[in-house]
Amino acid sequence: MGARAFFWVTMVAAVAFSDGISSAKAAGKAVDIPSQEWSFQGIFGTFDRGELQRGFQVYKEVCSGCHSLNYIAFRNLVDLGFNEIEIKAIAAEYEVEDGPNDDGEMYSRAALPSDRFPAPFPNANAARASNGGALPPDLSLMAEARSDGSNYLFALMTGYRDPPAGIVLAEGMNYNVYFSGHQIAMAMPLAEDGVDYADGTKATVAQQARDVTAFLTWASEPNMEQRKRIGVMTVLFLLIMTVLLYVSKRRVWAAVH
Amino acid sequence: MSGPNFPNPIVRWIDHRLPIFTLMHHEMHEYPTPKNLNYWWNFGSLAGIVLVIMLVTGIVLSMHYTAHVDYAFQSVERIMRDVNYGWMIRYIHANGASFFFIVVYIHIFRGLYFGSYKAPRELLWILGVVILLLMMATAFMGYVLPWGQMSFWGATVITNLFSAIPGIGDWIVTLLWGGFSVDNPTLNRFYSLHYLLPFAIVGVVVLHIWALHRFGSNNPLGIDVRGKQDSIPFHPYYTIKDMFGLGVFLIIFSAVVFFMPNAMGHPDNYIPANPMVTPANIVPEWYFLPFYAILRAIPDKLLGVIAMFAAIGVLFILPWLDRSPVRSGTFRPIFKVFFWMLLADCVLLTYLGAKPPEGVYVILARIGTFYYFFHFLILLPALSIFETPKPLPRSISQPVLGSGAAAAAAAMPKENS
Ligand code: HEC
Ligand code: HEM
Repeated sequence: MGARAFFWVTMVAAVAFSDGISSAKAAGKAVDIPSQEWSFQGIFGTFDRGELQRGFQVYKEVCSGCHSLNYIAFRNLVDLGFNEIEIKAIAAEYEVEDGPNDDGEMYSRAALPSDRFPAPFPNANAARASNGGALPPDLSLMAEARSDGSNYLFALMTGYRDPPAGIVLAEGMNYNVYFSGHQIAMAMPLAEDGVDYADGTKATVAQQARDVTAFLTWASEPNMEQRKRIGVMTVLFLLIMTVLLYVSKRRVWAAVH
Repeated sequence: MSGPNFPNPIVRWIDHRLPIFTLMHHEMHEYPTPKNLNYWWNFGSLAGIVLVIMLVTGIVLSMHYTAHVDYAFQSVERIMRDVNYGWMIRYIHANGASFFFIVVYIHIFRGLYFGSYKAPRELLWILGVVILLLMMATAFMGYVLPWGQMSFWGATVITNLFSAIPGIGDWIVTLLWGGFSVDNPTLNRFYSLHYLLPFAIVGVVVLHIWALHRFGSNNPLGIDVRGKQDSIPFHPYYTIKDMFGLGVFLIIFSAVVFFMPNAMGHPDNYIPANPMVTPANIVPEWYFLPFYAILRAIPDKLLGVIAMFAAIGVLFILPWLDRSPVRSGTFRPIFKVFFWMLLADCVLLTYLGAKPPEGVYVILARIGTFYYFFHFLILLPALSIFETPKPLPRSISQPVLGSGAAAAAAAMPKENS
């Protein structure tokens, strides 16, 4: 009996322990990132469609001027609750380069749902040239490429302050509490009422930050809802199966000892 | 010949010409196994199952992966987003590597505690250490394949270690890289080897199990099986017990795969590799951390590399360092204490491996490294001489010496079970 209890404790401890290690690795960040409440956290968490659509609007109207979203195609927007006609219309607002045609010429055409979001700059050098030498990174994986990604994104968007006395910012830099090193080349991207939300929500900075964070969290892992749904079913199935196996094991072993 | 009598005529026809069914019956069905194995003995078969999981998911991933510096990262993201259930396959494979090490590390510490490395199981143990080395090489090269920042910089740091070898070091590094830095040729050869080595592991596992079946499993008492009353057939007793253990394992594994799939990974590996930007703190995967701590504890590069490899090398000679004739730690009062100290030392080294090499961390890592080798090279040989073991039970069927229960058991007729 003791050995069995020990077995369980160790298995659980092993998981908790390695998790501890990964957060220990993350602890390199200087400032604590405040945790927000998100609809998508927890094992039953799902995205809020309204939030995603508003976040998409923020990305489209604000961030996409500098940041690409390379891994997202227009067709992926079904996840946000848009229907096929709406997606075609959204795609058609963009021009993409295609070709070569029969004459060997490249040409531009309206984007289709199967196209990916066009990047704002043709290459990294062009992006740097328009941003004072700094490169605006692709945003499709941003929520996973930073530890505690969603909370970090919200904190970054709302973390702009006047630099504390004694700190001199380098040329073109802005002070942000949560950016590592605190000096970031991106000026505060969000402004009060910077977008005009289609659903009438008041566009405070915090509201836009929340919405765009939810959108980027979805963009980082569009299959998250499916993953959790399958996970719940899998674990339930395994729990039942394991109980049955345990009962069988007891039966088979009843004669031994 | 007292082979099993198969009812199916086709099976009988084949078995007469190729006695594969007889072999399976001997080794997986009637195979006599000590009846007192505890749950720590589940981890061997569990390791085998995880190996199969890794092979299956790995082969599927290969169907969609592109081994080229310009496409590798992108192809992994396509697997995550566009391949049907690709995210599941990749999360199982990535977390499966971590769980493989968890399972095998438990399996090894089980062996350390119960003295499973002692005669006549020395070769079995050595084959196990070979498996561990192959696993490490495989996992290291696998981590390079997604071509994220940690892939690239981990590969750069670890391959650079070989340059410390006098004379041929630089030549080895160039050979590993296929050029003058970690680049496309490196990725290609790592991919090739990452596909190959798991099959080498399968081969060594076969030898490992072959050697195991020569004398059978050790057991928590560490004493030999004395006769029929001490053992039970593998099937159904241990098949059902292993399946229950597998169920428990799969619950924990699935919880991680489906609910926190990136908890054991590093966020930097979701940034595409960039040779121009060095991450602030380059850390290997958690299962390499104790060795990484040993490497960095030693100020000299070459000595650090030697110490790191010696940390595993010492396991090869363990059967000849621990000369105590008593296998199981249960009957070795002093050894038992030091076993737990060694485990604590390994946990400490794991923790330190993730810390930057500065200040108190360096000092602790040096103490931890010293203690690790002290345990194997000084303590174990000394204990073999100075420790007085507790009296051993006479047999597995009569485990408790001198108590009322033992007397009652001894009074029972022997022919049952
Ligand atoms: C005017 C151009 C511009 C706009 C608009 C812009 N950014 Fe940025 N962004 C940048 C630049 C430049 C950087 C690189 C900053 C640096 O490395 O110092 C950056 C960096 C970032 C980072 C990475 C921070 C890190 O931890 O490395 C995130 C996340 C980000 N931006 C999100 C956004 C979001 C969300 C929006 C829209 C609300 C947005 N940006 C709008 C230019 C822009
Ligand atoms: C791929 C990795 C491995 C697989 C698949 C594997 C498989 C197995 C299996 C099925 C058993 C029998 C069941 C048991 O006793 O738990 C076993 C026993 C054993 N293994 Fe492994 N093993 C692996 C790695 C290792 C390693 C790395 C070591 C040691 C360094 C090791 C040392 C042993 C020993 C000593 C035994 C005999 C244990 C006993 O009977 O007490 N194994 N292994």
